[in-house]
Amino acid sequence: MTISLQYTHLTVHNPDEAIAFYRDALGLEVQNDVRNGDFRWVTLGTAAQPGLGIVLSEPHAGRSKEDGDALAKLLAKGVLPMLNFTASDLDATFEQAVSAGAEVLQEPIDQPWGPKDCAFRDPSGNMVRVAQA
Amino acid sequence: MTPEELVTLTLLRKARDMIDRDYAQPLDVPTIAAKAFMSPAHFSRKFREAYGESPYSYLMTRRIERASALLRAGASVTDACMTVGATSLGSFSSRFTEIMGETPSSYKARDHSAIEAMPPCFVRVTTRPARDGSGKSSRNQEALGHTGP
Repeated sequence: MTISLQYTHLTVHNPDEAIAFYRDALGLEVQNDVRNGDFRWVTLGTAAQPGLGIVLSEPHAGRSKEDGDALAKLLAKGVLPMLNFTASDLDATFEQAVSAGAEVLQEPIDQPWGPKDCAFRDPSGNMVRVAQA
Repeated sequence: MTPEELVTLTLLRKARDMIDRDYAQPLDVPTIAAKAFMSPAHFSRKFREAYGESPYSYLMTRRIERASALLRAGASVTDACMTVGATSLGSFSSRFTEIMGETPSSYKARDHSAIEAMPPCFVRVTTRPARDGSGKSSRNQEALGHTGP
């Protein structure tokens, strides 16, 4: 009997901006981008982890105006939980992200505890950290 | 909520990131406010509304958090103080004691196994002392598993 993570949900202000960042800066693949009226289902993934999808959702999707506003503010303030990735070639990933215009929080540095890592903000304000695999 | 409010919060976030990144530099509020394209007074008011403490207090809690990490790693109190950008050992120690509820040397001396179990990038965020106005750091006490005085 096994259990695996299938979907993790990421709150973003604007799916198009988020797609551009996660695809061009980090090299994720767009698995689904399906529209039906106001409804849009966008998932991102990586060939390194088939079966895992990152689902983009907007602050007001399925929430009251008040709750959506509260979440949008927390997102803009940069206080929602961070997303952590590993990369097989951290320096190359960092260069690619910088070329794509990513907002750098920390250049790749060797951490005293082990792997080298770096950090960015995505266009919505989520912290994204990438560590050397 | 208006688009302008979101723009303001985004600018405040960039200024806060600047404090997190450059805490060891001799940062002052006018320099940080310029990052957010605001006057120092307006910036301080908006920052406090958004993050619950003044920009200067935020800078100090980042320094104390970093100093705590250095103390846990074995640094001397003097080295920890200077490395995080504090210039006076006396005021650093009293600020540390006020925020953390114990002196730097007492903090350095005790068990930190709960913190050592977390990845450092997470420690940095979660062990930052929270100022709730009482002068005590409730969040940090909780993170350290302290339930008593």
